[in-house]
Amino acid sequence: MAFVIGTQEWADAAMRELNASQTYREVAKNWEGDMYVIIEPDASFKQRIIGYFDLWHGECRSACVIKDESEKSPQYRISGPFTVMNQLLQRKLDPVKAMVTGKLKVKGNMGQIMRMPRAALEFTNCLSKVDAVFPE
Amino acid sequence: MWYFVAPQVVFGEDALSHLAQLNGQSAFIVTDKNIVRLGLVDKVKEQLAQAGITTAGVFDEVEPDPSLHTVEKGVAVMNRYGPDLVVAVGGGSVMDAAKAMRVQYERPDMKPEEINPFVSGLGLGARCKLVCVATTSGTGAEATFAIVLTDAREQRKLSLINREIVPDIAIVDPELARGMPPGMTADTGMDALTHAIEGYTCDWKNDFSDGLCIKAIQLVFQYLPRAVRDGDDREAREKMHNAACMAGIGFINSLTAMAHAAGHSLGALFHVPHGRAVGLLLPYTIEFIGELREELWAEIAYAIKLEVPKGKTAAATLAQAIRDLSRSISQPLSIKETGIPLDSFNKAMGKLIDNLMADGSLIVSARIPSVAETERFFGYTYEGKSIDF
Repeated sequence: MAFVIGTQEWADAAMRELNASQTYREVAKNWEGDMYVIIEPDASFKQRIIGYFDLWHGECRSACVIKDESEKSPQYRISGPFTVMNQLLQRKLDPVKAMVTGKLKVKGNMGQIMRMPRAALEFTNCLSKVDAVFPE
Repeated sequence: MWYFVAPQVVFGEDALSHLAQLNGQSAFIVTDKNIVRLGLVDKVKEQLAQAGITTAGVFDEVEPDPSLHTVEKGVAVMNRYGPDLVVAVGGGSVMDAAKAMRVQYERPDMKPEEINPFVSGLGLGARCKLVCVATTSGTGAEATFAIVLTDAREQRKLSLINREIVPDIAIVDPELARGMPPGMTADTGMDALTHAIEGYTCDWKNDFSDGLCIKAIQLVFQYLPRAVRDGDDREAREKMHNAACMAGIGFINSLTAMAHAAGHSLGALFHVPHGRAVGLLLPYTIEFIGELREELWAEIAYAIKLEVPKGKTAAATLAQAIRDLSRSISQPLSIKETGIPLDSFNKAMGKLIDNLMADGSLIVSARIPSVAETERFFGYTYEGKSIDF
């Protein structure tokens, strides 16, 4: 059964995927910092979805869906329009290439991302493994 | 969507004289003591003087594998002179340090380690232009928008990339490389070959970089042994100088892969010269990636007129050809041959693995090793055993 993106069930499934990934555990073992993944509305999709992931040393300690962006103050924010995020979750777009070309916006401690680019890559890989659909 | 970025390249005999045509008032030269001793800085000053450009200052303290500290020191000196032209004269270390100094000179709010591919609109060029004059034929740093610095505190190399830090002009004059001793010619030449092969076969390869990479591979196989054997072979020097720059532009627009990730790791811990490290690791990574890129290994083999025997893969054939080339120019074929004692190597294994796994170059490798595979990989490369897993 596919999870609906933007629901708590989807966030839970993403957390399970991250915590089940040996690769993520290895490449993110020094990662410290929570993150918002923000899906911005565009011509194809009118909702704004914010997923919150508390990432710590290769583990996802908690995940939830946020209604109000000011609710938490994560160290990182990755955002992009629905069309880009959809391509990303379907693995039709390389997440690092999307960041380099500005299709995805990244805010936070760039030094850490540059030191652990594979952590960012595996994070999105894990998210894309979740069987998920966007809400109608 | 992707980009192809390169500086204006001035190449061939007498390319240095292009400096006499530049506009500017005050130049700041970044170099090292060896380049000063060889008289190359004086040659640069002469050309700049013909353009009416005063050389305000020379910073000659760039060391091999330059540190963040050296960059800070250089910027402090640069700030005293306020140049409108920064001229890097040297090899990859000098040019990388100069690129980082230029960024910090123009953007004092930005630390070198904050340079990353995700930011744009740096506004470089408003205060100064950067000209890179290559004196080695390997890194291609004169034409790339990458910087490798050493974080001495954390014993690791920082690979910093941003399209906007590309030099304005690259001077590729083969005369300046003639002073390179055979060992350095070999080391740097293997760096160029590794750039070209990884640029041609990594996940981000593209039509624009492919052409440069494949031509560079041909040039290295044909001319590197000659350039090592006889440093006064002008044709070989020119072809290798061009090959290095082409490979530089090629790889920076596609990226390097696992040989660089492993080479950075080894270099940061044991100070093996960069080109020697990546060159010796290259055939092992080709074997490791193996059939995932078999078609591309075959294309490279074809380009260098290498016959793939029946029953043998193109990967194995190419890996052997690279080892033959390395041996012909007295390069080590294993980590053991670099002189690193086994006990030191084994003690550093944890850090070697951590560094490789974290390296940005790995993200575009056609095959990415697990931690266990990485340990095995380093074990094989230490002993000189072909990868069979």
